Amino acid sequence: MNYNLIAASTLALLTLSTTGQAAEPLQIGISAEPYPPFTYTSSDGDWTGFEVELGLAFCDAMNRECEIKPTGWSGIIPSLKDGRIDMIMNSMSITEARQRVIDFSDPYYFTPGAYVAAKDMAFTPPDDLDGQVLGVQSATTNATYARRALRDSGAEVRLYDQAEQVNRDLLSGRLDVILADQIAMQELVERDAAADFEIKGKAPHHSAYGEGVGLGLRPDDDALQADLNDAIEDVFEEGTCTDLSNEYFGTDICT
Amino acid sequence: MEFSWLSDPFYQSYLLEGFINTLLLVIVSAAGGLALAITLALARLKGPRPLAWCIHGFTTVMRGTPLLVQLFFFYYGVGRLLEGIPGIQESLIWPVLRDPFFYGALTFILSVGAYSGEVIRGALISVPPGEREAGRAFGMSPTQVFFRLWLPRAIQLCLPTLTGEMILLLKSIPLVSTIAMMDLLQAANIIRDEMFLVYEPLMLIAGIYLAMTVVLTLVLRQVEQRFPGMRPTRGRRLIPGRA
Repeated sequence: MNYNLIAASTLALLTLSTTGQAAEPLQIGISAEPYPPFTYTSSDGDWTGFEVELGLAFCDAMNRECEIKPTGWSGIIPSLKDGRIDMIMNSMSITEARQRVIDFSDPYYFTPGAYVAAKDMAFTPPDDLDGQVLGVQSATTNATYARRALRDSGAEVRLYDQAEQVNRDLLSGRLDVILADQIAMQELVERDAAADFEIKGKAPHHSAYGEGVGLGLRPDDDALQADLNDAIEDVFEEGTCTDLSNEYFGTDICT
Repeated sequence: MEFSWLSDPFYQSYLLEGFINTLLLVIVSAAGGLALAITLALARLKGPRPLAWCIHGFTTVMRGTPLLVQLFFFYYGVGRLLEGIPGIQESLIWPVLRDPFFYGALTFILSVGAYSGEVIRGALISVPPGEREAGRAFGMSPTQVFFRLWLPRAIQLCLPTLTGEMILLLKSIPLVSTIAMMDLLQAANIIRDEMFLVYEPLMLIAGIYLAMTVVLTLVLRQVEQRFPGMRPTRGRRLIPGRA
């Protein structure tokens, strides 16, 4: 009898939640661990950041109400599948492994690798790489790109364990040029120690970098996926994404 | 177990590059290290007192600190001092100084020099003084006594220990993967990062190191057996025309 009661109430709840979904606010799942400047809590305790603001802009474009729901990162895909959240929006790269489990919206941002070299060096990647010593951090998309795409460029690729070792050897002159995530490089060239260095260019789209970052969705949520893709397009056309990106990163990372 | 990457020429070229770099570094470090070891041993025995003390201090420091720490010290510490010297980045030796190979070889040469220097010093002491006196009595100069008699006799005594030191050197080489040098371990790490395989590439390079150690042991055993004085000299006339 008890079991029947539980089953009945679960069924009722399920029916309620499915019928009421249109009116219910959508739950945007973000990582409970702050990931500044993409998602973090402001001084008054509310979540903000590039992805929080962008996500709310998507909801506005869809005319839907949304709530930010912090969820432990390691359990964020199960939470999506269980229905506790409706989408994942926290710099989740679209990868083949994840695509076997969940669906993705169109990518909404992409940070390519950026080349940094001395200001007084005439350098246009990838043509001028011949004979240069290029540093990358191993086990990153940039390392894969350097090995795969720049193999015949004539550059000598050196692999480091830590990003800071790469930066240091560039500043000390042991490396001619480095290739690393654009946002990190933006931060590097703003340092006093790197006053003589500048971003020389970006790496083009390449399979090594994946397809970019998209919203994670339940595979059966086709309607939401279609709405979101339209919303992403609208928000991009309005320039909202570019504005937010410039505000947070000083550069445009919207794809 | 997944070994399909073995047939990929892309990974093969990295493994080959890592293998060649490992081999080169062993050869350079062994040759430089042993030459330094002999110099240090002799200087400690026959050099002026202050010099002997300095070498004693150097040996203590090199043997008392981790090799990885020394490698970082030379690459990040000394390397930083060197690059600060005005004009050095335009000089002809800069391509050598900016290469991690230089810092790897430097560290290993100093390390081998410190360890093997003590081994050789002990061996030099073990050679009975009467043999040296005999050499002098034959009219050899002190230099001749050292190179023809004292040092060969000492090396006879410590060759098996030196063989062990060389094997230890060979197996220390993967440390240079931490200073951005393409060795076998870095090649294995590339395969790990791209194929998401951890054990298979490590097993391969472990096998390569094992094979290199076996070859090195066989070669050094031949050296031990052929080294003058290591084989019975029956029937051989030691001093032509006199015996």
